[in-house]
Amino acid sequence: MRDYFLKFWEGLFTILIGMKVTFRHLFVPAVTIQYPSVKPQLPERERNRLYVNMDDCIGCDQCSRACPVSCIEIETVKSIPGEDLGKTSNGKKKALWVTKFNIDFAKCCYCELCVSPCPTECIYMTDVYEFSEFERGSLVYDFVTLKPAEREEKKKNFEEFQAKKEAEKAAAAKKAAEAKAAAQKENPDQEPKKSTEDAKESKTQQGNKGQNKN
Amino acid sequence: MMYDWLYDLTGSSILSMFVVSLLPLFAFILPFALIAVLAERKVSAHMQDRLGPMRVGYHGILQTVADIIKLIQKEDLVPSATDKRLFNFAPLLVFTGSYAAFAAIPFSGVFIGSQIELGLIYIVAVTGLVVAGILMAGWASNNKYSLLGAMRSAAQIVSYEIPTLLIILTIVMITGTLSLYSLSEMQTSFFWNWMIFGGPDTGIQKYLYLPLMLVGCLVIYISTLAEVNRTPFDIPEAESELVSGYHTEYSGMKFAMFFLAEYANMFAVSAIVAIIFFGGYQSPFGYLGNLLGWTWLVPIEQFFWFTAKGLFFVFVQMWLRWTLPRFRVDQLMAFCWKYLIPIAFVILLLAGLVSLI
Repeated sequence: MRDYFLKFWEGLFTILIGMKVTFRHLFVPAVTIQYPSVKPQLPERERNRLYVNMDDCIGCDQCSRACPVSCIEIETVKSIPGEDLGKTSNGKKKALWVTKFNIDFAKCCYCELCVSPCPTECIYMTDVYEFSEFERGSLVYDFVTLKPAEREEKKKNFEEFQAKKEAEKAAAAKKAAEAKAAAQKENPDQEPKKSTEDAKESKTQQGNKGQNKN
Repeated sequence: MMYDWLYDLTGSSILSMFVVSLLPLFAFILPFALIAVLAERKVSAHMQDRLGPMRVGYHGILQTVADIIKLIQKEDLVPSATDKRLFNFAPLLVFTGSYAAFAAIPFSGVFIGSQIELGLIYIVAVTGLVVAGILMAGWASNNKYSLLGAMRSAAQIVSYEIPTLLIILTIVMITGTLSLYSLSEMQTSFFWNWMIFGGPDTGIQKYLYLPLMLVGCLVIYISTLAEVNRTPFDIPEAESELVSGYHTEYSGMKFAMFFLAEYANMFAVSAIVAIIFFGGYQSPFGYLGNLLGWTWLVPIEQFFWFTAKGLFFVFVQMWLRWTLPRFRVDQLMAFCWKYLIPIAFVILLLAGLVSLI
């Protein structure tokens, strides 16, 4: 009987304690914030969306190689002599036209490994973290500042330059070959020796591989 | 009385009856539901250190209005496997049950929907319609969760009506009236005349009634809380077990009807507790209108006190909801049959003995 009333009293009393707690919390300031209008203070070195400052990029491809998920795609075209690409902010001379610099943020794992190798500090993390898209393709960001037509032009310029050089080279080679052919007629046996050396090298490499396996 | 005044004004008994019967719905239940839904969300949010709705209007005060507009726009889905007639009728019945309870509730000295002598019993009886409606909804939905919720609800309401009725019986024994109007009038002038403080009697009886009434008030509050299916007694719509119980299959305005009925019921039971134990519409310390000689002010003050008391108990219901976890089914039944009913019987007996003095 005593137990019965004690139980009843305990139940009642603990409810009152709980009510006291909830009532106190009624006046505790909210710990949540009004998110889209009020944003949380992010830590100093937060890692969010990457940004590439193309004015400083020298197209060295180091970030792309550092990326563990291969989300950075870079294509460069050599500049032709006479073109001035300017300098980066830390004094490096630019020699390559960057015609493609795509970062696929659908793949990006925000590891920041691409940031440290950059010699000109042109790729870095920003504080932008709201960039969701409806299609996965829209997450591929193109950072190149050149217009598509300009990119084509640079490529074409280089190809033309290359072709010109090639033609010159071919002409030179032809000349050389002609000269060589003329010379070969005079002393013929020099070629076979080199090929045996190559075979030896490849054999030793195979042996090494086998050791690694073991 | 409102009805007489309207009858004098218009000369038409049908019109004045119509106005008087619709007044609680449009002047009270709908605005109350709007405010209470928002209040519930705000109270729950602040108790959990959140902010709650903040977008629609200043601090989200128009949130419920926006929700209602959304619910009106929604498609009225009726699942194909349901019993259509019962399915469509159930929300109406539930709402009617809770709305009809307001007919006997005296909002102030001059406004009471229907001054029936059996007010208390009428309210208990007519809220029984809600059980029928809930069972109907659960059965007609042809959904196992709905049916389970409805069954639990029926078991719960039927069980918890017993302590409610026993306490009401005690009050009836002490006061000798079932009319809510005369019950309120009895507890007039100062707050020590309220039933919770032993009623308007004087002498030794008052002091003997006092502990009984305190416990009795607790019992009736708990059992009415269980009757309106709110946490910690919300096992009929236990969202973590039964999706949302008997109204799982309802959408749009039919769902809104259930919701409205729940909030109307919340106020109805709070009002019953306020009328029985806390003097109904009576002010705890005289009226400003009487003091200044402005008799027209008194009913307004009475209405204020009545809503204030009702809203306070609604607030306590919300407070409990965000404090306590849900009962298990066996605990729920054990609590009613092992604790509330014996205690209510003891109170009934003791009150009977005291009234003989």
